[in-house]
Amino acid sequence: MSQPEGKVSGALEVKFVPDEAVLSHIADDADPVGNGSGVSGGEVYSFQTPKCSSKMAELASELAQTPGQSVAADHFKCPEKTAKTPQSSKRSGSNKVQQRSKKKEFLSTTPYRLRKRLAAPDSCLESESEYSASCSEEDDEEDQKEVSTVLSGQKTPAKATAAATSPPRNALAKKIKEEKMSSLVEEYFEAHSSSKVLTSNRTLQKLQTRRLNQKTLHDLLKKAPLAYAAEMKKLSQQHESLFSKWMLQLHLGFNIILYGLGSKRDLLEKFRTSVLQDSAHLVVNGYFPSITVRSILNSITEEVLDHIGSFRSPLGQLEFIHKRFKEDASLELYVLIHNLDSQMLRGERSQQILAQLSSLPGVYLIASIDHINAPLMWDQAKLRLYNWLWYETTTFNPYVEETSYENSLLGQQSGSLALSSLTHVLRSLTLNARGIFRLLARYQLENKDNTSYPGLSFQDFYQQCREAFLVNSDLTLRAQLTEFRDHKLIRTKRGADGVEYLFIPVDDSTLTDFLEKEDEDV
Amino acid sequence: MSTHSISKGCFVFKPPSKKRRVRQETASNSTERKNDSEDTELRFASCQSLWAQIKLETEKIQENLNKQLLDNLVSFLRRSHSEFQEKTTEWSCQMKSREIPTAALVLGVNVTDHDMTFKSLSEVLQDDITPYVALLEAKDCPGIKNLMQKLMGQLMNCCIDIDEDSFEDDSHVQVSQNKIRCSMTSLINWYKSVMKKTDSETTRKKRNSSSRHWQSPPVVVIFKDMESFTTKVLQDFIVISSHHIHELPLALIFGIATSPMIIHSLLPHSVSSLLCIELFQSLSCKEHLSTIIDKLLLTAWCPFKLGEKVLKVLINIFLYHDFSVQNFIKGFQLCIVEHFYSQPLSVLCCELVDAKKRVNTLSHNQCENIRRLPSFRRYVESQVSENQIALLTSDSFLKEVTQKLLEDLQLYHENYVSVLRCLHVFTSSLPKYPLGKQIRELHCACLENQVWETEEYESSLQLARMLNKSDLVTMLQQCVEIFVSSSGKEFDKTVEKLKEFLTQFQELEAEAFEEDVSVSSEKELQKKTDLYHLQKTLLELKESRRSKKLTKFEMLRFEVVDYIDSLVRNYLVPADHKTLYEVVYFNTASVLRGHLNAAPRTALHTALNNPYCYLKNQALKSDGGSISNKAPDICIAYKLHLECGRLINLVDWLEAFSTVVMAVEGPKADAASSDQVDHIIYARFIQAVSELIFLGFIKPSKQKTDHVARLTWGGC
Repeated sequence: MSQPEGKVSGALEVKFVPDEAVLSHIADDADPVGNGSGVSGGEVYSFQTPKCSSKMAELASELAQTPGQSVAADHFKCPEKTAKTPQSSKRSGSNKVQQRSKKKEFLSTTPYRLRKRLAAPDSCLESESEYSASCSEEDDEEDQKEVSTVLSGQKTPAKATAAATSPPRNALAKKIKEEKMSSLVEEYFEAHSSSKVLTSNRTLQKLQTRRLNQKTLHDLLKKAPLAYAAEMKKLSQQHESLFSKWMLQLHLGFNIILYGLGSKRDLLEKFRTSVLQDSAHLVVNGYFPSITVRSILNSITEEVLDHIGSFRSPLGQLEFIHKRFKEDASLELYVLIHNLDSQMLRGERSQQILAQLSSLPGVYLIASIDHINAPLMWDQAKLRLYNWLWYETTTFNPYVEETSYENSLLGQQSGSLALSSLTHVLRSLTLNARGIFRLLARYQLENKDNTSYPGLSFQDFYQQCREAFLVNSDLTLRAQLTEFRDHKLIRTKRGADGVEYLFIPVDDSTLTDFLEKEDEDV
Repeated sequence: MSTHSISKGCFVFKPPSKKRRVRQETASNSTERKNDSEDTELRFASCQSLWAQIKLETEKIQENLNKQLLDNLVSFLRRSHSEFQEKTTEWSCQMKSREIPTAALVLGVNVTDHDMTFKSLSEVLQDDITPYVALLEAKDCPGIKNLMQKLMGQLMNCCIDIDEDSFEDDSHVQVSQNKIRCSMTSLINWYKSVMKKTDSETTRKKRNSSSRHWQSPPVVVIFKDMESFTTKVLQDFIVISSHHIHELPLALIFGIATSPMIIHSLLPHSVSSLLCIELFQSLSCKEHLSTIIDKLLLTAWCPFKLGEKVLKVLINIFLYHDFSVQNFIKGFQLCIVEHFYSQPLSVLCCELVDAKKRVNTLSHNQCENIRRLPSFRRYVESQVSENQIALLTSDSFLKEVTQKLLEDLQLYHENYVSVLRCLHVFTSSLPKYPLGKQIRELHCACLENQVWETEEYESSLQLARMLNKSDLVTMLQQCVEIFVSSSGKEFDKTVEKLKEFLTQFQELEAEAFEEDVSVSSEKELQKKTDLYHLQKTLLELKESRRSKKLTKFEMLRFEVVDYIDSLVRNYLVPADHKTLYEVVYFNTASVLRGHLNAAPRTALHTALNNPYCYLKNQALKSDGGSISNKAPDICIAYKLHLECGRLINLVDWLEAFSTVVMAVEGPKADAASSDQVDHIIYARFIQAVSELIFLGFIKPSKQKTDHVARLTWGGC
């Protein structure tokens, strides 16, 4: 393993230990690569305030201008770096944010003052996450006590002096912390208060580039050279050297989980073809959009265990598998799951069943996760069942296969599909029905800037339809609406006042296109 | 066969059936892949046997620790339904038996360890009290109906297990299980029928056999995780069953992770008054861990040892993350596996007798491995030159020396443990515990470096010099016990010495009457009333006290402490000062931490923020918080998106992205191909964005056209 040596936590010198010290202690322990200094807690975990979009362009031009590696050498290096948020004084030249950044500066200096006064000797305190401030204050005393017993092995002689002076300091720290917390709270609500979003109104449609479909996208990507191929290869070679170790550990009752940036599909595939050729194994593409636990269990019972027949519940099925594996000790099955954290598998029940499956003695599970919050899927009980051994396998490989199923928001086959289906369905309807739909569409477009637009209420709709001589009774309108609903052209929802609201679940641009086309036809 | 498909998500691959092998074989095979000059097979075997031994030991420890608790529970259950047994019709008894006997079992927050406890509990109950034990978990019982279903299923199944011999009845019961409605009445009917049957059976068997269970054994329902049950379900169940308590001798056991107060906050008074609750407290997980450490790490029988850093990592995971002893043991297992996998010389990590044998069969390669060990090199350097040459050239001489060194190491461990315990006796009673309260902290301190050079040790010695006599005597007695019971042979003298100290203390006591000198001076003090004289005498007293030679007791105390100090200096040398310690100590904490306590978020973030950490390319090297513009696409897109608020306009994003990317590629693109380039950049951008979606940083938003919403750190 080529992991850089982790930071040694032994040198930790904590005199009095408030919450954040505990947190930072944990964070220090948890730091797997030891280069956590590249990612200071403040930067990662702080709230962000809404900014105007020019920020991004600014950064982009900055990045573009700086030649290669000497990017922003004068950027923060000092410890107070954590206190800075991206929009620190440096960028406050933009007059739009002047007001905010002024306030911001005041806020962000507070923790620095705290730091200076505390003059904490260890870097751990520096990189404490901002969240730690949100821990409840009452726990302080107890935590302190407990931690001091825990850490007493590492206490320094300075402890006595620190203990003598700590109470006033502590109070001060507390005060400042409160201040800091309240500012955090303010920041949060500031970020979330207005429903108005400060972004430009440009849309992709106005762009010259035509939308790409999946195939051209792939072709284009193939043409683009893969950057840093040599380095990536080196990375994956490192990971491949672990295969025999994985096998050993799988057989000793652990299950392997891979994490880190980059597609781990090729790695697992390599593992499969190089090591597992002679044994029964099951490959599950978790990212497959219609994968279910049921289908995984089915393929085990039907194809691996050659059982014909169905089961009433997945639990029963699991029991059956359990029994079979218990009866036949020579039976073994390797299960490879790409993306255990996918949309379809991340549910509580699915994870429970998979965890139980993985805990069977003859089943060896090796899985990969990619989602940033994937570890939140598991509670202690599930973790116990899974019995994971974590392996960091950062590959930087593009997630080509994994994202290919996704309805890419830029690929936009969805838009064209929706439009064609709209016109097709509408064409089969009567003229009046089309008129009714057009009316609704137009009304929706008129209200497109109103974010709290709930839809058109049935009564209003009926009124308008009558005025346009499209229906003569609300019964006919209802019948018509049922037809629309069956074709999923409209959706209804009940407002807070119990009134039924109608709307078309299609995005505005498609709707505009549709109306334009309709107008041409008429 | 490929695993790409747009219609299928699961792919099964089965080898030709003749190739199917036994599991064990492949396991050893996987280790064999490394070159076999390093005794891989033997290492694997010794790893397995060692782990099996340790597993057995830990299970035994757990059993012993739970024994008290289980005994108490069993006796409680025996007591609980004695009235029912006697079939009394007394009114008061009946009133009392409206209450359901309930055991509240406080198990602590380490939920993952509970399974073991419940398993042994239900085994004990089934052996001693009743065949009718049902284990319920909250996740199976969202409603009272599911609860009853689960309960009856378990009860009737276990009943079937009991009378497997009577076959016709068996099938009858099974059929009925599916048919009958799950209600209390049917449960009671079932119980009655079972009782009748066993009654008739026992009469047939002349009522002497199978007397482990009584006439009408109670039905025990265990709620594994009481806190997670919905209140409604619990209340309903309790109310219903309390109505039927005369017909069905029910007993409940609540598994509680937090505190017994939870019963009252979950159940209103009207319901909780139907319960006759008795509290049982299981051993705290900290004590459990202490016992495990005591029995596994601080013994000489286990040849494998944990280094200081590794032990700290394991203890930290325990204290800061889960309080789970099971996870601690898992970590220990991982240490064993890692050690035997990565250290070729771990083949010698076994019983001393075997190790000596194995030394003789070491290959030349392995001998070279020994020579490469840092501790061995130090040892060689300390030898005279002829010996040095012999050690480095002759394998047979090396083997001889290795045997001796291994013996030394073993001896060191035996002595180490006893002296450590002895030191712990002293330090654990000092005020403020400068060296830690628990023996594991002391152990860590001793492993870390020479403990007598630390300030904590200095201060604890000073404190020890102020101990009073009775404490000192009891401590010395404890030490004597420790040394007597230890297996080390060197301690005969030590024991003698300590006993000598003890007798001296006793002698002191005898002499104590003669030492009433100091009292007289105080009497003198009382006479003076003049302030000036008083001051003067006080000063004199102080002078005399300073210059006064120490009392006998004080001298003796100093002697004792010095003796203990000498013991410590002799025996508590850190392990890494010992030659060949690498053979038995596992000390690569970073590996352990990476595997057990991984931080996937940090890894992901580092990779995105600072790709140079992984891709060692000079072009990516950058300093400060920013990244180079030559970074992979996803890093650039990520960096740009960090600048945005809740919503991100895709067009702006794309523009910014292409600005960065174009700058790298330079202005080489001429007008004709610029369209093409544009497309490629666009495609790359799409790919990067969909990867970010996949990773969970953003999601498509309906709020505004062509916008995505941030999900992390300021998004939502």
